[in-house]
Amino acid sequence: MSDNAMEYRKPLRVKPVERFSPSQIEAVHRASMKLLSETGIRCAGEEAAEIYRAGGCRVEEIHEGSRKQWQIYFLTQLLEDTLRQAPSQVVLGARDPKNTLLLDAASPSVYYGTGSETNVYLRSQLKDFSAEGGHTMEYPVFTEEPGSIKALCESAHLINQLDQVDFFIRNVNIQDEEITPENKDVNVFYAAMLNTTKHVQGGLTDPEALPTVMKMARMIGGDQEHLPMSFIVCPIKSPLSMVADSSQKVIAISRQKVPMVISSSPQGGSTAPIQEEGMVAQINAEILAGIALAQFASPGAPVIYGSVPVRARLDTLHDCYGAPEFIHYAMECAQMARYYGIPCYASAGVGDAKRPGMQAMVEKLYSYLGVASAGAQYIHYAFGLLAGTNTFSPLQAVLDNATVKMVKDILRTADFDEEGVEAAVKEIQTTAAGSGIFAKGIRKQLRKNRVSQTYEFLSEEKEDRVFVMAQHKLDSYLAEKGEGLPAAVIQQVREQIPGLLTIEPWKGGSV
Amino acid sequence: MSKNKTLEALKHAIVMGHLDSDDEGYDGMMEGTPGTMELVETALGDGIDPQVILTTFNEAMEKVGVKFESGEYLLPDMLASAECVGEAMDILEPKLAAGSGSGKGKFLIATVKGDLHDIGKNIVITMLKGAGYQVKDLGIDVPADDIVAAIKEYQPNYVGLSALLTTTMIEMEQVVKKIREAGFNDVKIFIGGAPTSEEFAKKIGADMHCRDAMDTIEKIEGTQDAS
Repeated sequence: MSDNAMEYRKPLRVKPVERFSPSQIEAVHRASMKLLSETGIRCAGEEAAEIYRAGGCRVEEIHEGSRKQWQIYFLTQLLEDTLRQAPSQVVLGARDPKNTLLLDAASPSVYYGTGSETNVYLRSQLKDFSAEGGHTMEYPVFTEEPGSIKALCESAHLINQLDQVDFFIRNVNIQDEEITPENKDVNVFYAAMLNTTKHVQGGLTDPEALPTVMKMARMIGGDQEHLPMSFIVCPIKSPLSMVADSSQKVIAISRQKVPMVISSSPQGGSTAPIQEEGMVAQINAEILAGIALAQFASPGAPVIYGSVPVRARLDTLHDCYGAPEFIHYAMECAQMARYYGIPCYASAGVGDAKRPGMQAMVEKLYSYLGVASAGAQYIHYAFGLLAGTNTFSPLQAVLDNATVKMVKDILRTADFDEEGVEAAVKEIQTTAAGSGIFAKGIRKQLRKNRVSQTYEFLSEEKEDRVFVMAQHKLDSYLAEKGEGLPAAVIQQVREQIPGLLTIEPWKGGSV
Repeated sequence: MSKNKTLEALKHAIVMGHLDSDDEGYDGMMEGTPGTMELVETALGDGIDPQVILTTFNEAMEKVGVKFESGEYLLPDMLASAECVGEAMDILEPKLAAGSGSGKGKFLIATVKGDLHDIGKNIVITMLKGAGYQVKDLGIDVPADDIVAAIKEYQPNYVGLSALLTTTMIEMEQVVKKIREAGFNDVKIFIGGAPTSEEFAKKIGADMHCRDAMDTIEKIEGTQDAS
């Protein structure tokens, strides 16, 4: 199917909030260019250094003891020309073609998905609690378990059913005994693609696994033009350094022309300046250096501007996702990505709360609103994360789905024209002269999807029942049988893909 | 069109909230086709007994109620159907033989003195008419004495008092007191409005507190079942 005829999953279209003024964008751009031309990037990868040199960068070899590294200096004009080779549109395929995503740098159209590779899987179960006077209530109790293939399959199945989740970034770090660095990639991508029909994205542990993972993705995606999966690579070690093995991954993936997020995740206050202009100047320089490597290695390679800036906690210097700067940085990176005409990968829905509750809701809600309002096309971390990026809670994912649904309604653009205004005037005149009640007009707007639904977990009682209702919903999702793959595809994958463990499609049933 | 077909079309029009041919109905596709008003005229013109037409109204509204209960219909949909019946009753009522109306009773309603809000009251009126009650609306900012005078004249089975402001809740107490002092002890008094409550209704001697229009219908139908 050609892209012209393709129907993409519907994004949230927003009218972007511009936090930086045009002159501030120019100033940050110049600052990033100055960093890249005067200070450069310290690169630990020899092949990457060679590619930069062949592309026209000035490369100086540096010896630190027996260790060889390279300092890469970028000519501003050359860099700007190179960045223009990156496509402004990136298509991310999916097992179900209706879930295919179009990321268009020229359009502030937003998708929300999962993210991180959490170590802790947080299960929840409702229990009865009682107090004096016969008062009882249900409340969830939580159990932590290490990430596993089973947990990854379960969460992929859950995400497949949550209607507001547009894509699935593998969200569980599988720690089963049988998993090795060599077989991890195929098992992660297989578990994910087996259990969700949405776009799947993940990192690559072993660059050698790339051809095998792509072969498996082709088998699962069938005859579609776009693979149902893509990659994330973070080649940067802030400040201004590039890691050897990750630079190899950038080179390998770009040569395959598979879509790839090229990310950097500096921490304001420890590995980058805490003030926004300093943070964004640095992360922008780091991401652009990574994108340039991909374009030098493979001109026109589809890349996504991967901005994951975070602020430091001032008492521990750990990541602090609940700070407003986390939102400021992300909004500004979305503007910078738009400036370069490259789709933006950003973060929202992650906070510091360790359990579902008010803190989690507050931290998540404001970032959902803020970051999406900036028009970042591809927002990860948005479902189920707790304790920063360390924990995935299925219950929280169900809660987040309900929140994102409201956020999408809040941020939708005002889509009416002159005809709509005329119709409204007629409605007002007719109703004012008649019944005085506009209830009838509601139906027409409902049909046009212009009337929002209320919060999914509203309680009719005088008690907050959000957790109870969300847990019941979660249990019902997990009881559903998964949308596995056709038996012939499963057999083909098992026969031809080495290293696969026994992974079954989600069976459902009682939980 | 046969008489049965006319009645089926009428029922369908009500269920679809299709008032008249200018109205697009529930699904937005019915503009230009005969609506409830035209079909009632057709039915009467065909000589169908007005009592049979009234039965059709009730059957249609029962179907609407089922759709509302199942979540298929929202309150605006129900209101649209109720409006069809309410408007059509204006045509049908004079044709019904004296004393052979819906038999559900008469409802007198007003927003009490000092309060100008009437949206809730008007929704209740639409729903009551749709459910087959005869409704007399005294409007807004109505003094207690005027309400008592209207009861004498209209002889309702039910009186509904509405208030949105906390300051006008107090006026309700005066109205209830005056109604009872005037000797209308059999008239059931319903109160409603954002600041009111069950407790308040009990305190001022009203018979029923209604949370919303649907609650009003449920409670008034409850009094019918009990009688």
